[in-house]
Amino acid sequence: MQAIRIIDIEKSYPLKKGKTEALKGLRFDVEEGELFGLIGPDGAGKSTLFRILTTLILADKGEASVNGLDVVKDFMKIRRQVGYMPGKFSLYTDLTVEENLNFFATIFNTTVKENYHLIRNIYEQIEPFKHFRAGKLSGGMKQKLALSCALIHRPKTLFLDEPTTGVDALSRKEFWELLRSLRAEGITIMVSTPYMDEASLCDRVALIQSGKVMQIDTPEGLRNTYGKRLFAVKGPDMLHTLQRFRKMPAVEQAYPFGEVLHVVLRKDAPPFRMPEDVEASEIAPDIEDCFISLMHEHE
Amino acid sequence: MRTLIVIIQKEFKQILRNPATIKLIFVMPILQLIILPNAADYEIKNINLHIIDHDHSALSRRLTENIRATGYFRIEGYGTDRKAARHAIETEKADIILNIPASFERNLVREGKSGLMIEVNAINGVKGGMGAAYMNSLIHRFNSDIRTEWTGDERFMQAGTIGTTSSFWFNPEMNYSFFMVPGILVLLLTIVAMNLTSINIVREKEIGTIEQINVSPIRKYEFILGKLVPQFILGMVAMTLGFGIARLFYGIVPMGSYLTIYLFAAVYMFTILGIGLLVSNYSATQQQAMLASFFIMMIFVLMSGQYTSIDSMPEWAKWIARVNPVTYFIEVMRRVVLKGAGPGDILPELGIMSAYALLTNSLAVFSYHKRS
Repeated sequence: MQAIRIIDIEKSYPLKKGKTEALKGLRFDVEEGELFGLIGPDGAGKSTLFRILTTLILADKGEASVNGLDVVKDFMKIRRQVGYMPGKFSLYTDLTVEENLNFFATIFNTTVKENYHLIRNIYEQIEPFKHFRAGKLSGGMKQKLALSCALIHRPKTLFLDEPTTGVDALSRKEFWELLRSLRAEGITIMVSTPYMDEASLCDRVALIQSGKVMQIDTPEGLRNTYGKRLFAVKGPDMLHTLQRFRKMPAVEQAYPFGEVLHVVLRKDAPPFRMPEDVEASEIAPDIEDCFISLMHEHE
Repeated sequence: MRTLIVIIQKEFKQILRNPATIKLIFVMPILQLIILPNAADYEIKNINLHIIDHDHSALSRRLTENIRATGYFRIEGYGTDRKAARHAIETEKADIILNIPASFERNLVREGKSGLMIEVNAINGVKGGMGAAYMNSLIHRFNSDIRTEWTGDERFMQAGTIGTTSSFWFNPEMNYSFFMVPGILVLLLTIVAMNLTSINIVREKEIGTIEQINVSPIRKYEFILGKLVPQFILGMVAMTLGFGIARLFYGIVPMGSYLTIYLFAAVYMFTILGIGLLVSNYSATQQQAMLASFFIMMIFVLMSGQYTSIDSMPEWAKWIARVNPVTYFIEVMRRVVLKGAGPGDILPELGIMSAYALLTNSLAVFSYHKRS
């Protein structure tokens, strides 16, 4: 069974003049027990999709279901079965860690004790601070508390909207380890992130750009369908080298990537000889390379 | 039910942890009740008077002395210079000029009549009007005094005089604090209830916690009720505190029972809380909610009959006062505190207020959407 079904969902927000289309006909399914990533830049429509699936807003067109329940008709049932962690920290900053957890457990008609096993790994890390007010926690701690609160009623499906934005690299890594352990518990997780490097940690990802899905595949599959030759290039003057590559007819795209340049060759490129004054090595594409290539193709 | 209790507990924790709310609930009523009734007094004292005396007779001096003795007037200037008097009015040093003409005493003795002129600075309408009225009655009394003196025993007078005695019911000494304090208590309760609730839901919107509430299976009425009950209790605490101060500082003990007042206050509180919640529902930020509730409060307070009599308002304003819930509570409060009205006497007002409470709260529940 599909944990999440999204069929031609459209949503636009009214502006003073006209409207802005946030989602332009999304369609995909998420399997039960999957760790599914929504990858896309800010403004791609990720949060809007989350808000539709968690029954906070209504879509203009299309249908969607979560755990086999319609998001419009069965919204009350859905609310009991899903956990949602909005992008913005939204727990009570003037209540303590413990009080927040107890509050959210109670409003979902359960107790912290009942589902403690589910959050033990996470909660043990913030337990020393349980008498602190939530507002006083660090960014990473806040995320862990928010995740604990979203999990406390043992949701079947978990929606995490950019959980690692604004969190340091180490906490991000820990956070993803937690997600993978939750998946082992059989919870379906839909997570969005603007960080491409996190995509490879998902079972499947959907690359989203301006309210449309560009591609859905496993991280492995995304890389395999890349189908173009990619080089990591290091030159003496990076800016100059970049401009030089961009002018070459065989080069489809050249862009800075960390400390190096990534140079993509055209599929139908004529035989290509790398200039000798640069260090270059052919590499396998990263998810980010896939995304940039897709964005290029969609334009 | 368990959900509701948990929400109420949570609200209480949040309210009590915010030092600003504590001040709002406890410090503000105490200060206002101590300061306001003393300042907001209708009795006009210290009316600045400038006297132009062209007569300089025994009679004019006697009149001046009489005026001074009342204590209502402060003689700011005395002389014959009209320019100086005008200047005093223009620079707001004087509120009233009393003109005594040159042959005031002579005319009165020879022709049996004489005139005086009063000029009033009407920029402060209340002070001017009241001052002129005091002055008139003072001159009138002075007049009959000297007439009695000159004609001898009143019984032999050709024309009789009509004497009036008045007695003030329910407030025999016409003590203004008896009149003002109950009203101020109502206003305090209103301010506390309205401010606290109007920013409450908006605050959750602003910090984003409402998202978490909205995705939970909490029912609308549970959420709204969870917001209302703590505010209700705090409002009642503030009112009780207010009655304590009224008793301690002004010796005001209601003639009727506290029970009647609390009964009405309970219904009234729900009305105001409902209005606060409505404001909260329609505002996007705390600032917006504050401004909106401030606007409503202004109208409620000024058109409640606390500071100006409703009977002297124009017809359209009377209608506003009639739909203003504050008007009813002030009316009921005064009746119970001063007149000793019982629950049976305030039934019509209680009915209207119950309808109000029902209306505002259903609108509040109706207009709160867990999804947009």
